[in-house]
Amino acid sequence: MEPIIAIRDLSKSYYRESLEIPVLQNISMDIARGEFLALMGPSGSGKTTLLNLIAGIDRPDAGSILVNGTDVPTLNESELAEWRAQNVGFVFQFYNLLPVLTAFENVELPLLLTPLTKKQRREHVEAALGVVGLGDRMNHTPKQLSGGQEQRVAIARAIVTDPTIIVADEPTGDLDKRSAEEILALLERLNSAFEKTIVMVTHDPRAADRAHVQRHLEKGELL
Amino acid sequence: MKIPLSYSYRNLWQRRLTSVLTMGGIGLVVFVFAAVLMLANGLRETLVATGREDNVVVVRKSAQSEMMSAVSRESASVIASFPEVETMASGTALSSSEVSVIINLLKIGSNDMGNVTVRGVAPEGLMIRPQVRIVEGRSFQTGTSEIIVGASIHGRFQGCSIGQTLRFGGRDWTITGVFDGQKSGYDSEVWGDSDQLMQAFNRPVFSSMALRLRSVGDFDAFKARMASEPRLQQLETKREKLFFAEQSETMAAFIRILGLVITIIFSFGAVIGAMITMYASVANRTAEIGTLRALGFKRRSILSAFLFEALFLSGIGGGVGLLLSSGLQFITISTINFGSFSEVAFGFTLSPSIALNSMLFSLFMGVVGGFIPAVRASRMNIITALRST
Repeated sequence: MEPIIAIRDLSKSYYRESLEIPVLQNISMDIARGEFLALMGPSGSGKTTLLNLIAGIDRPDAGSILVNGTDVPTLNESELAEWRAQNVGFVFQFYNLLPVLTAFENVELPLLLTPLTKKQRREHVEAALGVVGLGDRMNHTPKQLSGGQEQRVAIARAIVTDPTIIVADEPTGDLDKRSAEEILALLERLNSAFEKTIVMVTHDPRAADRAHVQRHLEKGELL
Repeated sequence: MKIPLSYSYRNLWQRRLTSVLTMGGIGLVVFVFAAVLMLANGLRETLVATGREDNVVVVRKSAQSEMMSAVSRESASVIASFPEVETMASGTALSSSEVSVIINLLKIGSNDMGNVTVRGVAPEGLMIRPQVRIVEGRSFQTGTSEIIVGASIHGRFQGCSIGQTLRFGGRDWTITGVFDGQKSGYDSEVWGDSDQLMQAFNRPVFSSMALRLRSVGDFDAFKARMASEPRLQQLETKREKLFFAEQSETMAAFIRILGLVITIIFSFGAVIGAMITMYASVANRTAEIGTLRALGFKRRSILSAFLFEALFLSGIGGGVGLLLSSGLQFITISTINFGSFSEVAFGFTLSPSIALNSMLFSLFMGVVGGFIPAVRASRMNIITALRST
């Protein structure tokens, strides 16, 4: 089967003053369509950087990242923004909901970048919030929700545009055990029932166990 | 589609105290800005309202006020016989040869001296100016030492009630009435019989002449006739409205320039205030900006969201300032008009163009204050911004 993500010879360094700190070195990997992949590794191993590169919010120094046929690093700033809006669903460790907007409005945000009408947007948002089980909390602001609920809203926001891939950076890192369990179950369901390709960065072995594939990074290299 | 506007204004609401203080700063500047323009406008309106389209004033050439002018009795009778001048049923020309002198009166409350214009008018003087109406008592009688006082004089100077006497020009003058000039410059004058005043002040000539034309369009013919009359070469005529508008110019320009200089200095403070507020707002929401960028919102969407926020801030502040300044319309102040050397009472007058300029000025302050922070927000690196969670 054709991989949905094909990474070839990817390198990335950060510079602190004039010192070059290599973060990723010659990474090559394929991720199949519909896969649920866990990227693991100690702090500073480069897993978040790899995730950011796949998601198109950072640029590599060398190498290519083909996502669904598009060589992401070749896109310019504005094309990249459009590409992300259409192809990537983000789930962050600290949910990153906009505190002044309601759950409904937070989920609606990515749809504002699509040509959908207001009515169509409402249908999509309600469906996405329904999938994460928060159909009755649409008008609550993030402050009125628990951490687990906030992360579910964030997941609804990630799936509402029906993106090609979902990237999750430590999605359970800020949650208690029970909420973490709920979030992982939800991600699993998105993967199995809706065939979403999920790339998840995690420290937590229990979280990683829920994924189909685990890849380990250490000092910028895939093991 | 852009970031929803609700995001911008709800964030202002979120930081209510800072927002209100910043709006207050902008509001105050707009208040002063509008007040100054309203004052200059009020002065202009008061003096311009003194005039009528079909009335003309005759003064000595290059006289900027009636004080500097002289019109001889002979010239006055020549002019009154011109065919362009409106006549009454009796056949008398609707013209008023007038004398204008300045006296000192004590103000009520402060005991300060104020200059007051005393205008000697012909019996037709009141007919030429229909906006002037006796509101209390009766008019003065021709040939007597009777006077009437304008509404602004009545309330502001000592001894200016009906039945009281004022001493000037070596005589006692009895007040028989109060007239209302409908907020025109006449409200700040004292009127009496012109012949009596000329005798009292030993004036051999009139100061000016006011007359009504048969129609507004007769002005050019009237002017040409004056120019062709050898006996009138030292005189010139102006439409009454223009004559008084010119009198207001120096003073209105003085108020405007002084006021605008002060507001511009104030506005720096307000702009810096807005800038600090917007910078803080950007700094507090770094992670949100990173999130919006990651979701696919472009730099310009972020830029406009923050600019909108600054515009909301300044727009509301400006609106409040303007609203407050419109309350000034109930206040009347008086000052020496440089154009005539006498006290003139006038109010703050709001006009649509002042309202528009005040709002544009406040939005301008918002844009200037909000632009640099908004640019900073839009240029943030996504990764760095997201890390600030």
